[in-house]
Amino acid sequence: MSDAVHRPAEPGREYPISPLFALDTLWFQVAGTLCNLQCTHCFISSSPTNHSHEMLTLEAVKRHLAEAEALGVKEYYFTGGEPFLNPEIFEIIEATLKQGPVSILTNGLLIRPDAAASIRQLSDASEYSLDIRVSIDGYDPRTNDPIRGPGTFHRILTGIGNLAAAGLNPVITVTEACEGAGSQEGRLRFLEFLRSVGLTRPRLKVLPLLRIGAEAERSRAYESWETLRGRHLTPEEAGILQCSSCRMVTSQGIFVCPILIDYPDARMGETLGDALGPFELRHQACFTCHVTGFSCRT
Amino acid sequence: MSRDRVQLPDVTPTVDLGSFDRVAFFGGIYSNHLALGEALKLARSRKVDAIVALGDFGAFGPHPDRTIEILREASLPAIQGNYEQALSTGAEDCLCGYTDPRDNYYAQLSYDYTRTRTSAEHKAWMGNLPGHIRMTVGGRKLLLCHGSPRKVNEFLWRSMTPDPFIRKLLRDHEADVIVCTHTGLHWKRLIEPGRGIVNAGALGRPANDGQTHVWFTIVEEQEISPVPGEIQVEFVPVPYDHERLAREMAEESLPPEFIETIRTGWWTTCLEILPAKERALGKH
Repeated sequence: MSDAVHRPAEPGREYPISPLFALDTLWFQVAGTLCNLQCTHCFISSSPTNHSHEMLTLEAVKRHLAEAEALGVKEYYFTGGEPFLNPEIFEIIEATLKQGPVSILTNGLLIRPDAAASIRQLSDASEYSLDIRVSIDGYDPRTNDPIRGPGTFHRILTGIGNLAAAGLNPVITVTEACEGAGSQEGRLRFLEFLRSVGLTRPRLKVLPLLRIGAEAERSRAYESWETLRGRHLTPEEAGILQCSSCRMVTSQGIFVCPILIDYPDARMGETLGDALGPFELRHQACFTCHVTGFSCRT
Repeated sequence: MSRDRVQLPDVTPTVDLGSFDRVAFFGGIYSNHLALGEALKLARSRKVDAIVALGDFGAFGPHPDRTIEILREASLPAIQGNYEQALSTGAEDCLCGYTDPRDNYYAQLSYDYTRTRTSAEHKAWMGNLPGHIRMTVGGRKLLLCHGSPRKVNEFLWRSMTPDPFIRKLLRDHEADVIVCTHTGLHWKRLIEPGRGIVNAGALGRPANDGQTHVWFTIVEEQEISPVPGEIQVEFVPVPYDHERLAREMAEESLPPEFIETIRTGWWTTCLEILPAKERALGKH
């Protein structure tokens, strides 16, 4: 899996740094850490009662959009928690689509036929792409429901079906908590499964597990060797990392990336302008990003 | 698993060609030597005063050396695409920047075919091409690149290239107009008169619209305009003997999926990289 080369750290520096080459991707934690599910692998432990990060208001999103426009941001991502819990989500999508392409990460449970129709309308009204990414964690209730909750498999499929009926082709994401999903065979099986539920042109993204938050309890936490301590990254290697081209807006401020929002030292400031500097890759989740070449982007 | 490709460092030089009135731009040719021949005739009949090739001469189609020979015979100014960078440096893959296994599978078939059938002398020629060209048209500063000015294999799709980002690119690279290719789909967005992005599309394969012709692009000064410095962008369809190309591809045992694209005008591969809007317009 890994083709990462181990290079010694620069003298005097314990961890490698990731410079921000350009702020291309701006993430919004639109639902905070509030979710209608409590998945056992969630790296930020989102749940119906987790208020670590509150929902973002339309007004807050607009404030950061104005900053993003001046900085030439290329694309926007909304996540949570569950973005469609946010009472202003459709206004937020509409405002953002005036400025650039949008991707929304959702569990699909709130995508009822009327919501799917609204999403389609917003998509058609913009010259920029609107992508919906729906998470599922198995081929059937037996594999999915222990992770995402009882009964969720069928409810997710209903949401996906509503999107398809509205003429939208969501990207389906599955984590490696779904056994075999990371292999080529598992991937083909998943694509076949998606065709069988009505996605004629299935789009699939497989995500590695991040051993922080709830996932550290479900499987295991990082071991001490899983660190970038003592390593040096070339600019090309740093360029693969999501944090070299993104920042994350939450109700608590601007964070380096979508993964590290529970770590105070990953908060880079109050405004985007505060958060344009480099970041030291001292977290063990950084190890996963580097070694797998994984990006949160679609 | 998705894996973003290595960002290629920009080590290639920039060449300044001077000032022109009407210029034709050829996007990815992908070894479609038949379309290239027709496009040259068409462009010359339109009295352009320069024709520039924007890279990715190989891939997808048959007999890659035929395309290079036509380009060199015509002495067209040209820049490197990711294919020319890959072939001239002996890279193991095409550096296309795909992230999906199916996209990469077909890209590798193309690359392996092209690599073994491109002469060493042509590869050396590719290695000496500039990475960017600057020129002026109608007083406007054009910057020609393959993917984007900052990265040879960055995809600039219409639905994913918003106005604020275009402004940033123009500002960072001191240009009025960026002319690029790499996506295979032609589009333009002028954020104000004479300033914006023009994606020249591709000569090598159709534009995923069910039509078999391919495209090149003409940029010229807008002569009758109330606004000074306005430019005119025209996308020119190029009909060619696509059935003959399909036969040549079959004789070379290239994948039936590629041949289907040439015959139907619908993309069958490299689909996963398409953004939602562009994907929705195709058949597959």
